Amino acid sequence: MADLSSNFLGIKSPNPFWLASGPPTDKKYNVMRAFEAGWGGVVWKTLGSQVKNVSSRYSSLDFNGHRVMGFNNIELISDRPLESNLREIKEVIREFPDRAVVVSLMADNDKESWHKLIKQTEDTGAHGLELNFGCPHGMNERGMGSTVGQNPDIAKMIVEWVMEVATIPVITKLTPNVHSVVPTATACVEGGTNALSLINTIQSITGIDLDSFVPNPSVAGKSTYGGYCGPAVKPIALKMLASLSVNKDTNKVPISGIGGIGTWRDAVEFMLLGATNIQVCTAAMKHGFRIVEDMIDGLNNWMDEKGFKTTTDFIGKSVPFMTKWENLDLNYHIVANINQEKCIGCGLCYIACEDTSHQSINLEYGKPYNTYTIKEEDCVGCNLCKLVCPVDECITMLEKRVGLEYINWMEYQKRGLPLNDH
Amino acid sequence: MAIKNNRLTPEQYNENFTDLHTPFESRDAALTEVNRCLFCFDAPCTKVCPTSIDVPKFIKQINTGNIKGSAFTILSSNILGGGCARVCPVEKLCEGSCVLNKELEKPIQIARLQRYSTDMALEKKWNLFERKPSIGKKVAVVGAGPSGLSCAHGLSRQGIDVTIYEKESKAGGLMTYGIAAYKVTPEFCREETDFIISLGGIEILYNQELGKNLSLSELQKNYDAVFLGIGVGLTRQLEIPGENLEGVVDAIRFIYGLREEGFAKTAVGDQVAVIGMGMTAIDAATQAKRLGAKEVTLVYRRTENEKPCTDVELEIAKLDGCKIIWLASPKEIISENGKVKSLVCSKMELGAPDESGRRFPFDTGETFTLEVDMVIKATGQVPYSDLLQNSGIELTKGKIRIDANHTSNIGNVFAGGDCVNGGKEVVDAVQAGKEGAKSILKYLGIIE
Repeated sequence: MADLSSNFLGIKSPNPFWLASGPPTDKKYNVMRAFEAGWGGVVWKTLGSQVKNVSSRYSSLDFNGHRVMGFNNIELISDRPLESNLREIKEVIREFPDRAVVVSLMADNDKESWHKLIKQTEDTGAHGLELNFGCPHGMNERGMGSTVGQNPDIAKMIVEWVMEVATIPVITKLTPNVHSVVPTATACVEGGTNALSLINTIQSITGIDLDSFVPNPSVAGKSTYGGYCGPAVKPIALKMLASLSVNKDTNKVPISGIGGIGTWRDAVEFMLLGATNIQVCTAAMKHGFRIVEDMIDGLNNWMDEKGFKTTTDFIGKSVPFMTKWENLDLNYHIVANINQEKCIGCGLCYIACEDTSHQSINLEYGKPYNTYTIKEEDCVGCNLCKLVCPVDECITMLEKRVGLEYINWMEYQKRGLPLNDH
Repeated sequence: MAIKNNRLTPEQYNENFTDLHTPFESRDAALTEVNRCLFCFDAPCTKVCPTSIDVPKFIKQINTGNIKGSAFTILSSNILGGGCARVCPVEKLCEGSCVLNKELEKPIQIARLQRYSTDMALEKKWNLFERKPSIGKKVAVVGAGPSGLSCAHGLSRQGIDVTIYEKESKAGGLMTYGIAAYKVTPEFCREETDFIISLGGIEILYNQELGKNLSLSELQKNYDAVFLGIGVGLTRQLEIPGENLEGVVDAIRFIYGLREEGFAKTAVGDQVAVIGMGMTAIDAATQAKRLGAKEVTLVYRRTENEKPCTDVELEIAKLDGCKIIWLASPKEIISENGKVKSLVCSKMELGAPDESGRRFPFDTGETFTLEVDMVIKATGQVPYSDLLQNSGIELTKGKIRIDANHTSNIGNVFAGGDCVNGGKEVVDAVQAGKEGAKSILKYLGIIE
C-alpha cells in the first residue's frame, strides 16, 4: 500500500484529490457528500459580493457519442449569502477534520474588501485561500476574475493586499485566457503568493443550435462567452502547467493542477509535470463524486507497481524531459511497422498517410481485405498511422537512427547539412 | 394427425410472426452502434455487397444527423435497400466481412443501421431521386420483383417511360411472396414499391403473365427494349413415390399461401418434414412451426458443412424448435387413406466432392421412417422455362442466357435476377436490375 497522503503548503489531506472551486463545492450538502465519497479536500466555491445567476448556465460538446467531452459554463461566483457559506464551511471543517478545506475568494477591487473577506474566511478555520483570478465570464466584465489574471501588475497588487493580512496559505488561481501564463504567475510569486493553481476555464462557445441559430447556452435567446473545461482542455492545461514547472521564477512555489482531470491517470500526468496535488470539477459534475474511488485505487496500484512510496516520489518526474524544439535530436529517426497478424484491414492508416502525409503505405488489393505495408524509405516517422490505427500495438514505430551522434538544429545548420530535396 | 389451419389465437400468430430483427428504437440507440463503426477505407463491407453500398459513408451520415444523405447513399446503390436490410444474409455479406470480426468483436449491425435510414426515408416520403424529363423512349419490364423494380427505377431516372408487367396482384416478387413473414411484411413490400414508383414514369400492370395474356414478341414490337426479371418458379421435383399425395406441398407455394391468405387460413400438419436446407427450407420450417405445427423436422442429404443456408438461419430454425436430420434423403412418401402418413428416408454418407465443390452424398442402402402428416419440398427452385418456350430466347438449363451486357440472344431483350442466375439473394437481383438498366440505357444511346 502506497502512502497517498498529500501535504500542500502544510495543508494535509488523505489523498491529493481535491474538488475544484465550482458548483460541486457551493454548499455543505455537496461537500459532505464529497468527503463521504472519499475526496481529500475541496476548494469552496468562490466567495465575494453576492451575485445573481442566470438560467440556463451550462452547455457542452459531445464527440462521437460521448457526452460532455468539453463543458462550458456562464455561472458566476457563489450566489448564496456570504454568512451561509461561512457558517457551512465552519461546520464542514468540524465534521471532517482530516480533510482540506480551502476557500476561493474574489473580493471587489479594493484593498478593504479583500482584507475584510480574508478575515471573515479565516474565522471559519479554513486551511487555505485560493484567489480567483481566472473566471472568464460575467465577473471579468466587472473588472474581476480573468481581467485581473490577464494583467500581471494588477494581479501582483492584489496578491500583495492579500499577503498583508493572510495568516493561512494563499494559492493564486490563474486564467488560461492569456498568451502565456508565465508573466502573471511570475508577478503573483513576486507579490508573495504561497502557491499557484491552474487552469481556470477557457473562454468558449461550445456550439450553435442549428434551428434557432442561438449559440449555446441560450438565455432567453441570447448567449455569452462561457468558460470551457472538461476532458477537451486537459492538453492545454498540461502545457500551461509545464511552462510554470520549467520556469525558475514560478517553480519555486507548489502548484495545484486543474483542467480536464477525471481519472487517476490524468492526475498522475499532472503530478508528473509538477503539480503537488490536483483538483477536479467537470468529471464529478458528469459522473458524481464516486469517481474518486477509482482515482484512489488506481493511483495506489500504479504507485505500488512503480515502487513509489509517497506522491513526492514522482511529482515533477516528467519535467526534465521537456525541452525546446531546437534541442531535439535530428539524427533520431523512426519508421512505422504494421504487424500483419494484428492488422484487421480497416485501411485507416493508409488513407490518412496517402491523403494527408507522406504516401508511405503500400496497398495490395484484396477482396475483401487489402494488405497494407510500410514503405520504410518514404516514412518520416510522424506517428499518424499509429495514432489512427484502432488496434492496440498493431502499428509500432521502430528506431532507425540516421546517424549515431546527437545533432540539433543549431548544429545541423552550422555544419551546412542537407535539407530535403523533394 | 391432421393438416389444419386456425391452430392459434390471433395474439399467438402476431407474436410468432413479429419482426425478427427489431429496428433501433431511437436515434441514441442507433448512435451507440454508429459510433462503433471504424469508418474503414475501401471497406470490406462495401466490397462484398453485391450492390456496393458505401456502408461507412451511410453510417457516418447517421452520425452527423444527415439521415436524408444516408438514405440516398444506400438507395442510390440499392433501391431496395430497405427490404435488403431485412432479408439480406448479412452474416455472409457485409456484416460477415466487418473488420471487427477479426478482433473477435461483434460486427457493426449494418443491416439495422441501413433499416434506420431507409425506414425514415419511406416514412417521411423523402423525394431523394429526381426523374429527368421524359425522352419519349419506352421500356417494358416483365416482373415487379427486385430485379424488375431496380431496373425500372434506374431507367425512369433517366427519363425513360417504363411499364412493368407483373403476373401477381402485388409487386415485390419473392420479397412479397417468398420470404418468411417475420423478416419482411407484405405491408412493407407495398410501401417500398410505392416509394420506388413515386419517382414517376413507372406504371405497374398486374395479373399480366408471359405466355398467357402477355407475349414477348408483342412487347418487343411495342417497346424500345424489354427487360425480363421473371424470377424462378416452384420447387424442383423430388422424383420419389408419393410426391403427389395430398399433404405434400411446395415450399414456395406454402409461403406464398401464408403471405397471401394470412396466417390463420394457412393449414399445417401436426408433424411436418421439410426437405432441403437452403434459405427457403428454413423459412418454410420455421413458419410451419410458428403456424402451430407440433413437430417440424428438416431433412438434408448432406451435413452441416455443406448446407446452403447460413449459420444464423440454421440457428433461427433451432431456436424455433425445429429438428434437424443430416445425411438423409427422401426415398418414399407413404400414405394412408390418400393422405401422407410417413416419410421414408435413405441414410446417406459423403463421398468425393461434386462440381459445386461440396462432398456428394451417396445412399448407404439403409433407411428409416419419419411419422409425418405433411411434407414440404424446398430443394431449390426450377426456372420458368415454359414461360419462354417458343419465345426465341436462348436458355441454358432453363435459365436465360445473357452476355456481359445483360443482353439475351435477342438484341433488345435484356434479363437479370433469378431467371438468369437460377436463384440467388434479393440483393443480387437488385444489382442485376441496376446493371440491366445501364445496359438498356447504353443500347438506347442515352449513356455511353
